[in-house]
Amino acid sequence: MVDSTILEPTLHTIKAIVILDNDGCRLVAKYYDKTFATVKEQKDFEKNLFNKTYRANAEIIMLEGLTCVYKSNVDLYFYVIGSSQENELILASVLNALYDAVNQMLRKNVERRALLENLDAVFLAVDEICDEGIILEADPSAIVQRVAIKSDDIPLGEQTVAQHLSKKLESLISSFLGCLPLILSLFLCKLHVLFTVS
Amino acid sequence: MLRRDKKDEEDGGSNPYNHLEKATVLQEARTFNETPINPRKCGQILTKILYLLNQGESFGRTEATEAFFAMTKLFQSKDVTVRRLVYLGIKEMSQIADDVIIVTSSLMKDMTGREDQFRGPAIRALCSITDSSMLQAIERYMKQAIVDKVHSVSSAALTSSLHLCKTSPDIVKRWVNEAQEAVNSDNVMVQYHALGLLYHIRKNDKLAVNKLVSKFSKHSLRSPYAYCLLIRIASKLIEEEDCGSDSQMFEFIDNCLRHKSEMVIYEAAHAIVNMKSTTPKELAPAVSVLQLFCSSPKPTLRFAAVRTLNKVAMKHPAAVTACNLDLENLITDLNRSIATLAITTLLKTGSESSVDRLMKQISNFMNEISDEFKIVVVQAIRSLCLKFPRKHNVVMNFLSSMLRDEGGFEYKRAIVNNIIVIIDENPEAKEAGLAHLCEFIEDCEHTVLATRILHLLGREGPRTPTPSKYIRFIYNRVILENAAVRAAAVTALAKFGAQCEDLLPSCVVLLERCQLDTDDEVRDRATFYVNVLKQYQKALNSAYILNGLQVSVVGLERALHQYINNDSLETAFDMKTVPLETQPLVEQRTVMEPGETISQKPADKVASSRQDIFAEQLAAIPEFSNLGPLFKSSTTPVELTEQETEYVVRCIKHTFSHYIVFQFDCINTLNDQILEAVTVQMESVDSFEILKTIPCPSLPYNQPGTTYALVRLPDDQTVVTGTFSCSLKFTVKDCDPNTGEPDDEGYPDEYVLEDIEVSVGDHVQRVMKPNFGASWEEVGVTNELEDTFVLSTVKTLEEAVKNIIQYLGMQPCERSDKVPPNKNSHSLFLAGVFRGGHDALVRAKLALADSGVTMQLTVRSSDPIVSEILVSAVG
Repeated sequence: MVDSTILEPTLHTIKAIVILDNDGCRLVAKYYDKTFATVKEQKDFEKNLFNKTYRANAEIIMLEGLTCVYKSNVDLYFYVIGSSQENELILASVLNALYDAVNQMLRKNVERRALLENLDAVFLAVDEICDEGIILEADPSAIVQRVAIKSDDIPLGEQTVAQHLSKKLESLISSFLGCLPLILSLFLCKLHVLFTVS
Repeated sequence: MLRRDKKDEEDGGSNPYNHLEKATVLQEARTFNETPINPRKCGQILTKILYLLNQGESFGRTEATEAFFAMTKLFQSKDVTVRRLVYLGIKEMSQIADDVIIVTSSLMKDMTGREDQFRGPAIRALCSITDSSMLQAIERYMKQAIVDKVHSVSSAALTSSLHLCKTSPDIVKRWVNEAQEAVNSDNVMVQYHALGLLYHIRKNDKLAVNKLVSKFSKHSLRSPYAYCLLIRIASKLIEEEDCGSDSQMFEFIDNCLRHKSEMVIYEAAHAIVNMKSTTPKELAPAVSVLQLFCSSPKPTLRFAAVRTLNKVAMKHPAAVTACNLDLENLITDLNRSIATLAITTLLKTGSESSVDRLMKQISNFMNEISDEFKIVVVQAIRSLCLKFPRKHNVVMNFLSSMLRDEGGFEYKRAIVNNIIVIIDENPEAKEAGLAHLCEFIEDCEHTVLATRILHLLGREGPRTPTPSKYIRFIYNRVILENAAVRAAAVTALAKFGAQCEDLLPSCVVLLERCQLDTDDEVRDRATFYVNVLKQYQKALNSAYILNGLQVSVVGLERALHQYINNDSLETAFDMKTVPLETQPLVEQRTVMEPGETISQKPADKVASSRQDIFAEQLAAIPEFSNLGPLFKSSTTPVELTEQETEYVVRCIKHTFSHYIVFQFDCINTLNDQILEAVTVQMESVDSFEILKTIPCPSLPYNQPGTTYALVRLPDDQTVVTGTFSCSLKFTVKDCDPNTGEPDDEGYPDEYVLEDIEVSVGDHVQRVMKPNFGASWEEVGVTNELEDTFVLSTVKTLEEAVKNIIQYLGMQPCERSDKVPPNKNSHSLFLAGVFRGGHDALVRAKLALADSGVTMQLTVRSSDPIVSEILVSAVG
């Protein structure tokens, strides 16, 4: 009854895609079937999942009869969940697609803050990766292209402001450093003058 | 404290969505109505709504509808992001808002528009709001979209079609040509989706699926996903058609083992491993690719490989031994799941000498793995222990140390079960096992486990060399535990008193103390046992303490209910009218796989009440309502036809005290016929009298129907066996295979069935006597019969035991059905109840001789005729 389970040939492969932060709180979560009927059950599962995975970066775990593949970076945890009979490598390929797509969209800046600032893009990416449990696209660059949010275009975004500021500051400092010898020599001259006067 | 505050602040600062209020966001959503639209602001608000939905916030119907309608205003904006977010919003809201079809025309415009970026998502959004009546209108566009040259559009249309299959399969079926065309696409995902849709449409047509697989297996697909899907389809076909390894399908899967993508290779190996009937030779290539995966740097791949190898090891441990070296390397894997699986696999395949080392390895990280995996380990240890009984010392010590550790109920239960199984299987391990369990109940928070162990102590304890040492543990429970455990402890004490004469006085003293207990049940039990024990009669001890009642609880309840309703309270309630508890034929030992511990419910409840279901069904037929209580239903149906013939008939025998009812389950496998007035004509040469047949009025194609025959047993009580020749009689009406519309005219016909035999076993119900010796004394020598036979046809003791059990239909007790290896003689103890409620016990002493097996059969029964029947049955 339990073993010898031939997988039903279907396109419905993914049971859930979840992104959690480093406190185990849900940032993005899409469930594609009725494995967890209520929001409370979902959140309990996420809590359990997080507790089992946040320490060891072991990439795969079996939990509550489900296979979960995961990946973490700084303060983000990405999970892709399928049935325990599912081909683990298919799940892993979806996880990689998700991670790489997010990585490209956030310009290799995969952390909580950046993700929240581009939450709309992440929602769209998850939607492009999986449609009601069916893998829609697993090529990261195709996903990014379909989401079609050019982060350059976001005007006056907080991050761009910060980047602008930091760039300004950098140039200031470098110019300051550039004229440092001049300032020093001037200062020494002043001292010399002072000494000679006294 | 300060630190925490700071952290909170940080959180609030970096998460703009923290502390969002639903009401505020919905308020903000009114901005959508403003013109001109500010895309940036609206995009943010939409993201907020999506975030709330994503967090599981529930929206009321009016709220959702209002937000939905505001959202539709955003179709005026040309901004890409806003539009895409609107699609997402529509999909999320489609289930909770009213009148969502209002956006149909806008979405249709986007779906057929020039902006490729909008088209795919628009199709998916549109299909989420469409019902089957609306689908007609967009059918044309869907067909076009499926074969669209833009991949995202085609993929979106194909997946949406699959979703629509749930609600309107008939319409989607018409798109099969388009799907066919899309399979040839050069995009990997389109190909995958098209194949999925194609299979879904055709999955009920086996021939078409067959063609599908053989076509695409040659035509080399591009997408690895599509390959995986095709492998699954092929393996399902193999499973259904039961074709062997020489078939085309198998060859295809075998070829996939040499594919360049790991995903496909693994899928193929997984499929081969999971097939029902694979020979070690067919497994070998699959196992060798899995072996390669074991040394992969990717944890996922290693995990997948070990998990599958573990599965192979359950059925073909020999096939995996080649991988032992690779598995050894995985024991120290950082991923504990992989390490656990590797060890449990090794436990199944390894040799006796490696057991000690492996056990040591596991105990090192037992604390680090989850309960689910601990249970997997425990199960692996069980099979190990059955394989190498001599290692019970190491295993017992390991199990007892696991019992002492922290763990949940499921985990502890698995360990306790394991110890009990080992005790049962291996008499040498009994004392050590009981000692560990005694220690465990000293500090056990699970009532179920404590009562179970006390029951076991009561059964096994008195038969050990020093029963007195268990009394202390049991009486401690009486002092310290809750009522349920106290009651179980009292019963266990009474069993010691009943079996060990030297302990009897002390047990009585202890039980008398229990008569002062605060709980009713405990007091009642104690009083009852004290009074029985003080009679000093072995027969009473056996009947009321050691062997207990054998009736089915459901049956007893029903019988008592009937008795009260009948107003015949002058006559005493007759215990013999209650149906007996049926013993399951084989003990079910399920082997669980990792991770599948919680999902299933135990199915044994159904099995125990099978006879009760029959009793109810028969009582509902007016002709059978006055036959008295049902005594026994035969457990396995007898096939009266060859398989795959025109009509399939199976027979189940129901024995009553003076009658037998034959139940014939018939299936008509011809789709151009309807059978009417179906009966089974029975003829007997013996003195059985066929009283009545109940026909099955109509038997359409492939729908099971039932007909009955009622037979009276001969008055001469010694005649119990007989043979009936049977034939199926019916009226045939031809009919249209498609509509099932029958012709008006029919003609009578007849179909010969195989003979039915009534054997002694049909008159005996299996009964488990936990203490056979006591029952043997209880029944006494009054009706004892003894005879010696030579079974010349059987060559081994096991075969003899099996034949005797099957022929007499009685329950083997004291595990005497298991013949210890390398022995020349064996004693078999059987217990049962004969029709009419007479206890029957059989002791068969078997000895292996040159000419076969010699058997000395001794029968004791409460009725002389029964003894006679049983002795003559074997002869």
